[in-house]
Amino acid sequence: MDLTINHFLTISAILFTIGVVGIFVNRKNIIVILMAIELILLSVNINLVAFSVFTGTISGQIFAMLVLTVAAAEAAVGLAILVVYFRNRGDISVESVDLMKG
Amino acid sequence: MPKIWNWTRRTGSARIEEAVRRQKGIGAKAVELIAFYIFAAIVTVSALAVIMSKNPVHSVLWLILTFFTAAGLFVLIGAEFLAMLLVVVYVGAVAVLFLFVVMMLDVDFVELKQGTLRYWPFATLIGLAFIAEIALASFARDGSSNANFDASPGADTNTEAIGQVMYTDYFLLFQMAGLVLLVAMIGAIVLTLRERPGVKRQNIARQTSRRREDATEKVAVEPGRGI
Repeated sequence: MDLTINHFLTISAILFTIGVVGIFVNRKNIIVILMAIELILLSVNINLVAFSVFTGTISGQIFAMLVLTVAAAEAAVGLAILVVYFRNRGDISVESVDLMKG
Repeated sequence: MPKIWNWTRRTGSARIEEAVRRQKGIGAKAVELIAFYIFAAIVTVSALAVIMSKNPVHSVLWLILTFFTAAGLFVLIGAEFLAMLLVVVYVGAVAVLFLFVVMMLDVDFVELKQGTLRYWPFATLIGLAFIAEIALASFARDGSSNANFDASPGADTNTEAIGQVMYTDYFLLFQMAGLVLLVAMIGAIVLTLRERPGVKRQNIARQTSRRREDATEKVAVEPGRGI
């Protein structure tokens, strides 16, 4: 038994599922929802790096870096929106975000 | 100095030898597997703790552990550059950002946690569906062969391999990533900037262009009378 790509795909799948479940479970707490999105992006990164290494092509690692960049940008903007929302409303409950009646 | 350089830089024949050793599975195979299972267990447990802990501060700390262990997984298959990037960007920047926001906002997190229990059955159902689908997809293909295993194709080290293509083949993508970061930075600043009235600020241009005539006035005071 050797370390194969399936090991890494499995752990990536588990992380992805935990992230998705986290979004459903923490319906009220938007901070934990953002953290769950970070978990999902991490699982995507593990997938990309695993395929990159086990197929011997470097492109996957470059793309993982871009995913990392986007994840950082998304966290910054998301938290900025959260801070503004808290300043205006006084709470961060997702269920009360219905000002626009969408 | 050259000695250290030679030690860190694997020669071409050494790489082939290592590849052969990997193929034959002599040596560090069992240790690799054990390390993988330890890392995988820590990642799973800490990711679960991220979404289940009552206090968001604890969630952030578990998130840091998750990222750190994922970096360990990357090191395990030879993607050292990505691993270090993960530690620097996620543990150093994103997690600290989360920590700042969580501690800055004055929210009653216990109240937020009320009534989340009723989402668990649905969430578990969704999770099981996801796991089943991904398991089906990944076990349908044969991933057992490690024929092309190479973390740094065309170079001696992983960082070198990434550096060779990043500023040549993927230069446009690199620039666009920088643009994304710039836009995110400006967006975050514009969103959180607020003009508070009544706050005294220093106006350096006005301060340096101030002349003596603007500030002082010469008054001829008559004897016996005040100003």
